[in-house]
Amino acid sequence: MQKPRPELSDMQMDAAIANMLRFGISLAATLMILGGWFYLQHPTMQPSDYSHFHGTAIDLHNLGKVLTGTRLADSTSVLELGIVLLIATPVARVALCVVDFARQRDKLYVAVSFFVLLVLLYSLFRGGR
Amino acid sequence: MTVGIFTALIFATSLLAGLLGALTGLGGGVIIVPMLALVFKVDLRYAIGASLISVIATSSGSAVAYVRQGLSNVRIGMFLEVATTLGALLGAYLTLKISTHWIAVIFGCVLLYSAATSFRKRRKHPGTAAPDRTAVALKLSGSYCENGVRHDYVAHRVPLGFGIMFGAGTLSGLLGIGSGAVKVLAMDVAMRLPFKVSTTTSNFMIGVTAAASAGVYLARGYIDPGLALPVMLGVLGGSLLGSKLLIKAPVHTLRIVFSFVILALGAEMIFSGATGRL
Repeated sequence: MQKPRPELSDMQMDAAIANMLRFGISLAATLMILGGWFYLQHPTMQPSDYSHFHGTAIDLHNLGKVLTGTRLADSTSVLELGIVLLIATPVARVALCVVDFARQRDKLYVAVSFFVLLVLLYSLFRGGR
Repeated sequence: MTVGIFTALIFATSLLAGLLGALTGLGGGVIIVPMLALVFKVDLRYAIGASLISVIATSSGSAVAYVRQGLSNVRIGMFLEVATTLGALLGAYLTLKISTHWIAVIFGCVLLYSAATSFRKRRKHPGTAAPDRTAVALKLSGSYCENGVRHDYVAHRVPLGFGIMFGAGTLSGLLGIGSGAVKVLAMDVAMRLPFKVSTTTSNFMIGVTAAASAGVYLARGYIDPGLALPVMLGVLGGSLLGSKLLIKAPVHTLRIVFSFVILALGAEMIFSGATGRL
């Protein structure tokens, strides 16, 4: 079997990563703008007090409800979903690298990128607990 | 103040921060945090949380162009992300332990350092150093094309670069910034990679590094959607605008002026932190 030319597959990998990043960030920005539109429906309200720290956590489980539409008009939930998607974009980029390195049969870098993916998933699901 | 005016003001400030960040090459995060804290009296933890979101957006947005040009090195980036993500996780945990006064002081020092790097002249690397064994084993090499000429490069002093990257990650997680200045230091000065490869790979890594501390920030409520919205859209817009300006206009004088602004912000952060006002 002929080995794939490394430089060609590196270029394909670059293109795949670029597309993935563009898709993720466009989707997140669209959601943020949509959420922002809802958020500014009552522009004469008082803004939240940011000079004191309250620390309300963003709950990943609650965000599922945005997808089913029950909380679609709730601006905070839509904004939170946009933020979570934005954070997920680099995570998905690393996952894509794991797959691409596997396709290039680069075992060393499959291991390296898989480790980075694990650190990211640990932070997202277990971080702060 | 109403929420409409507040959001518009934060958006305008973030736009300016993104613009300054792109023109000085320091990134928007390092500028928007002190502006939010000093001008708008936003709690440092909310400022850091909002900044981190804008850093992820800016990095992912600009990486699209760099990756497509083949300038950033995916392998070198991925290898060093092992160090930056672990560092970022440590930094994010440290924000929970350290008082905001100390965070303000550390932030001020990073600002002073960042401003100083933009004054320093770049040296040319000696081109004929012996190839580094660790770098060859880890495939930390590559090539890029400039004006039709192909340039090959290999990384040097890998453990030193890896160590500095861990520090860059810790600062990123602690302060909610991309810490691009320290990342470039690790790749350009320590690992002797070409400057273009260093800056674009650093930019590419910033998003992943920031995502590693985002989980902790989310769970601890550092990220407020109402604040993150104008900050993220403003910084992203400002830095896109700034990178367009960079291509068209000679910005050297402008850069010096802005560096003084950043020096002043750094001094003010250290003073406010030390006197317990932040």
